[in-house]
Amino acid sequence: MTNLLEVRQATKRFGTFTALEDVSIQVPKGSIFGLLGPNGAGKTTLIRIINQITLPDEGSVYLDNELLNPKHIRDIGYLPEERGLYKSMKVGEQALYLAQLKGLSKTEAKERLKFWFDKFEITHWWNKKIQELSKGMAQKVQFIVTILHRPKLLIFDEPFSGFDPINANVIKDEILQLRDEGATVIFSTHRMESVEELCDHIALINKSKKILEGEVTEIKRMYKSNTFEVGLLTDDHDTIYRSLKEKFIVTPADFKVIDDQLKMKITLDDNASSNELLQYLSGRGQVMRFNEVIPGVNEIFIKTITENE
Amino acid sequence: MSNLKLIIKREFIARVRNKTFVVMTFLSPLIVVGMISLIAWLTTLNNDEIHKVAFLDETGLFTSDFKDSDKVDYIDYSALPLNDAKDSVVIKQLNGLLYIPKKNTNRELATAIQFYADESPNISALNKIEKIIGDKLTNQNFTEKGLDLSMIENAKAKVNIQIENFSGEKTSKMSSYVKMVFGGAAGYFLMMFIIIYGNMVMRSVIEEKSNRIIEIIISSVKPLQLMMGKILGTSFAGILQFLVWVILGGVLLTIATSIFGIDPQPVGMDQSLALQEGNHEEIQLLLQDIMKLPLGTLIFSFFIYFIGGYFLYSSIYAAIGAAVDSETDSQQFMLPIILPLMLGIYVGFFSVIENPHGTVSMVFSMIPLTSPIVMLMRIPFGVPWWEVLISILLLIGSIIFIIWLAGKIYRVGILMYGKKPSYKELFKWIKY
Repeated sequence: MTNLLEVRQATKRFGTFTALEDVSIQVPKGSIFGLLGPNGAGKTTLIRIINQITLPDEGSVYLDNELLNPKHIRDIGYLPEERGLYKSMKVGEQALYLAQLKGLSKTEAKERLKFWFDKFEITHWWNKKIQELSKGMAQKVQFIVTILHRPKLLIFDEPFSGFDPINANVIKDEILQLRDEGATVIFSTHRMESVEELCDHIALINKSKKILEGEVTEIKRMYKSNTFEVGLLTDDHDTIYRSLKEKFIVTPADFKVIDDQLKMKITLDDNASSNELLQYLSGRGQVMRFNEVIPGVNEIFIKTITENE
Repeated sequence: MSNLKLIIKREFIARVRNKTFVVMTFLSPLIVVGMISLIAWLTTLNNDEIHKVAFLDETGLFTSDFKDSDKVDYIDYSALPLNDAKDSVVIKQLNGLLYIPKKNTNRELATAIQFYADESPNISALNKIEKIIGDKLTNQNFTEKGLDLSMIENAKAKVNIQIENFSGEKTSKMSSYVKMVFGGAAGYFLMMFIIIYGNMVMRSVIEEKSNRIIEIIISSVKPLQLMMGKILGTSFAGILQFLVWVILGGVLLTIATSIFGIDPQPVGMDQSLALQEGNHEEIQLLLQDIMKLPLGTLIFSFFIYFIGGYFLYSSIYAAIGAAVDSETDSQQFMLPIILPLMLGIYVGFFSVIENPHGTVSMVFSMIPLTSPIVMLMRIPFGVPWWEVLISILLLIGSIIFIIWLAGKIYRVGILMYGKKPSYKELFKWIKY
């Protein structure tokens, strides 16, 4: 798979403070790329470098194998975390203005805006001022403006903040559809459940350094520990638990059941097979639950960050 | 359409559509003309009041000299004793009592005259009385010494120095005033424009920051482009507003003048001096002088300094707007703007008028922050072309430097929130 965006060893300092140190990322074409990291890690600085708002002190950025240059501004759609609109300007005029700044002609911008306003059922807002709209409503307008010029690369910084669950879902579906239509998405957020849901690649930045990057499935494979969650129906919990503990690494587990099961997590050696465990278990009771524990992005996030402290 | 044009257009429309802007555009001329009319009207009201002054002349010398004028009515109380006269004045609510006692010599008399009044008397009425008595006594002194009054009158010499330059062109004595008025008006106009519309630029920057739209915008355009668009858009709105003010103000003033039949122009020194002599030649020379002003140079340099000065200051305003989060925080940075502007105006009105080519005037017309104002005031007095050239070159150089500097602060500042910037902080931003 080719990369749409490559950041090569970018470093950015503000005075004595290093916001970004030697960070490289590769964003494959057509992927949804999660840019993760705690507050103040340097995500926004990296995004601003990609948007050519700030220039890196060292390193370079390539978009579509071309060194980033001003004409690329039109290939990128950016929804910043700190976002707003002119309060006293009408919604329609404002959207037109922002679309024209991205290089669309007035007529083209109007046409596309009409399509999106109809799709989101907000056509009647056209002549309203932003100050008359709620925050969520204004966010919809911002979303439309971000994607209107059909950029190759979309950058969303906390796109769901301010949306109710229904509208967040609408936006999520739109993002997925844009990806299906060929756009590449960089997605910066703290909400791990949406990362889990949307992203196929992630990079983790902490204290201005990248500490993890790759395909989500690959990373999960790396972080899984051959652990299984087991629910077993037996007559004698205690005896079986003790005998299992002699053979495997067993920790208590908690999940919801409707009958009296023995609940535990069993970790096998790296090269041990799950079939052996299953066989062993089936001889000692009725196996009600048997599934591999795959670490969530959230756990990986916390684990990597704390390991790096 | 290029992005710069788009930004200029948006800024212009945003300014012009702003309710406060619209109200100020149409209300200001009304208020100003209204004030002028009111003041003029009040002045005429006050002037219509006739002072009633009683006089008790024990010498009997002046009775015939106190003639009623349109300002003062004189009432002769010479027949009454002083105390009765005083009482009578109080009862009849007259404005005062002039008491001229009998004295042996005119010298004694001159200092013995008294004016009784509860309220302090009208100065112009008192001056008039003093003049009447003074003239009378002077003439009397002349006659006593055996001098013929008509001879004295004939002997008075009226001097009127004709001013001519070495190439033989006559100029009016008023020409300095004319030049001062032209230069002063231009300089003052520039200062007002900078303060009003520079502030508008600053507010517009702060608005974008506090609306949080700034990051969306600068992901599409360069910060410097945005800043220049703002400055230009606002200045077009400003020029429009000024045009409306001038036209509307002119029309209103004409209407007010014709309706109330008053002359709103306070009679300036130049007019009165020129007119009281009834000297037609003088007026003609004055007109000639106005025509002879280097109008071409004046207009050309006005545009250069106007544009230059405005750009210089409004980029500083833009940088300040970017550095702060709200307008209240901007106060601490206002001094570096207001100080040179004030300095320019003061140097202009004191040094330039006193000595347009003195060292102070010359130096301040070179320093870029004051040069637009000071040089504009100097130019009507005739400035060597090379001085203007140096001053303009210095101005252009510093505009480029200041815009670059302001752009640096601007591009860092617009993305900074919640930091109260100090000068030290701003200096750091320049190096980012």
